[in-house]
Amino acid sequence: MIAQTFRSLRALRINALLGLGIVLLVLMVAALAPWISPMDPLQINLRARLAPPQEGFPLGADEFGRDVLSRLIAGARTSVTIALITVCVAVVLGSFIGVIAGYRRGWTDRLLMIVNDSMLAFPGLLLALGIMAVFGASRNGIIVALGLAYSPVVVRVVRGSVMSIREREYIEASRVIGNSEWVTMLRHVLPNCLAPVLMVATMMFGWVILAESALSFLGLGVPPPAPSWGNMLNTARPHIAQAPQLILFPGLCITLTLLGVNMLGDAVRDWMDPKMEGMA
Amino acid sequence: MVRFLLLRLFTALPTLIVVSLMVFVLMRNIPGDPAAMMLGDLAEPGQVAAMRSAMGLDRPLPVQYLIWAGNVLQGDLGRSIATGQAVLPLILDRFQVSATIVLVAVALATLIAVPAGMLAAWRQDRATDIGIVSAATLSMSIPSFWLGLMFILFFGLWLGWLPVVGYTSFARDFWAAATYSLMPVATMVLIEFGAIARMARASTIEVARLDYITHARAKGLSERQVIWRHAFRNAFAPTWTLIGLILASLLANIAVIETVFTIPGLGRLLIDSIYARDYPVVQGCLLLVAFLYVAINLLVDLVYPLLDPRVTA
Repeated sequence: MIAQTFRSLRALRINALLGLGIVLLVLMVAALAPWISPMDPLQINLRARLAPPQEGFPLGADEFGRDVLSRLIAGARTSVTIALITVCVAVVLGSFIGVIAGYRRGWTDRLLMIVNDSMLAFPGLLLALGIMAVFGASRNGIIVALGLAYSPVVVRVVRGSVMSIREREYIEASRVIGNSEWVTMLRHVLPNCLAPVLMVATMMFGWVILAESALSFLGLGVPPPAPSWGNMLNTARPHIAQAPQLILFPGLCITLTLLGVNMLGDAVRDWMDPKMEGMA
Repeated sequence: MVRFLLLRLFTALPTLIVVSLMVFVLMRNIPGDPAAMMLGDLAEPGQVAAMRSAMGLDRPLPVQYLIWAGNVLQGDLGRSIATGQAVLPLILDRFQVSATIVLVAVALATLIAVPAGMLAAWRQDRATDIGIVSAATLSMSIPSFWLGLMFILFFGLWLGWLPVVGYTSFARDFWAAATYSLMPVATMVLIEFGAIARMARASTIEVARLDYITHARAKGLSERQVIWRHAFRNAFAPTWTLIGLILASLLANIAVIETVFTIPGLGRLLIDSIYARDYPVVQGCLLLVAFLYVAINLLVDLVYPLLDPRVTA
């Protein structure tokens, strides 16, 4: 029993470290993309069209003879940038609404939650598709669409913790010494919701990477020629028989990133909620 | 029970109203005049004005919404700009295609993932458990469209076992339809396996810690009886909610799968209509999926008391 628990704890640590390692690697590649990229990701070279991996093109070249490795690196930068900004949008928007709903309660809360639950009743990707249909495919469009689509999840989490926090003594103390409602909310309530928000934000980073690549795969995400993992898969589709490596590598990048995020997310959750340790 | 039913039905109502408002606002924000779009490029200004008033576009927005919502309630979702077909029969027709695949995939995923999750829970922290959990985490990390493309590459192009593209309805030719659907269904099953298995595992572990399981064991029941008679029902209830959510969200995410395997379903119709700027069809698809999403969640909640004896309305 003890040996087993110990073994599972160690497996957990290894998973957490591995996840953290993968996520850090992806973040670093994204941050350093312009400097570590062996070639210009937009440089067209028709003589190398659909070239298999070879000298000069370590992972081959795409349908315009552009270097796949350089495009994967640039794609990491695109995906990570979009994901980080989107998560920030969703977290800021969601926390703002969540704190108001949880703190004010009553009719404000009820109205906000009706709207919020209706947004939750709209699957995230579908809402994003609807918004992209109206505004057209663009980087900022994805950020707005996915930020809006995922903020209701943050609203739920923040509202839940605010409801429990607002009854504590230190909140009452803040009110008694004459702090305004807004100061109490922002200075004392909000910082104490950060832990659950951090957990959701970690998972959300993965959802956004996946959703963005799906949108780009459908041709409604990052517009070409800018590379993103999703639109690389989309443009490689007609060449699947001649150049399977064009399908292989972008998908591996997405999978590896999501694997890292999921393992890290599990670790963050276990760390925050020891009762859940080893549950899922 | 009746009160619970009515209450739950009543709470779904505001959700539907807000969802319809969202679709309405989204579609009214499209650049361009819907009346001019309906008539095409050659329309005279007079015709456009007549069309505008016929469509009610010259009235205030709240009135426009009410007219629109009234039409939707009567099943009138307008006509496709591209083909002139009525939207409702068109999307229902395409929906049948998607629904068949999604239902089969979710049923199979449940049949595989729930026992796998329970097995992992019963063998917690042993090799079986670590294997199942790792497989589940991997399944949650692979994008469906990539897995689908890899299937096409491997089974379709290299091994040549399965047709790469195409679709036939099950009603017309069962075996052909089955071979065409094999890869899309397998893709969805593998993608959804992870979430369901992890949920089943987590809720089984939670239930297995409760006293009544210890009591059942102490009574001398066999492990098989403890699992199936006592643990399964309580452990399955939370998973059931998740399955409902997955069923509903797959209807939204199916656009990706249908693009990979070129299946003429609702998702592909939505994407094609977005490209063609065929907004009445886009609007119809959005409304149908949102409505189904609400309906499925409602259904899941209503079935819940039957599954979990602790929830008695």
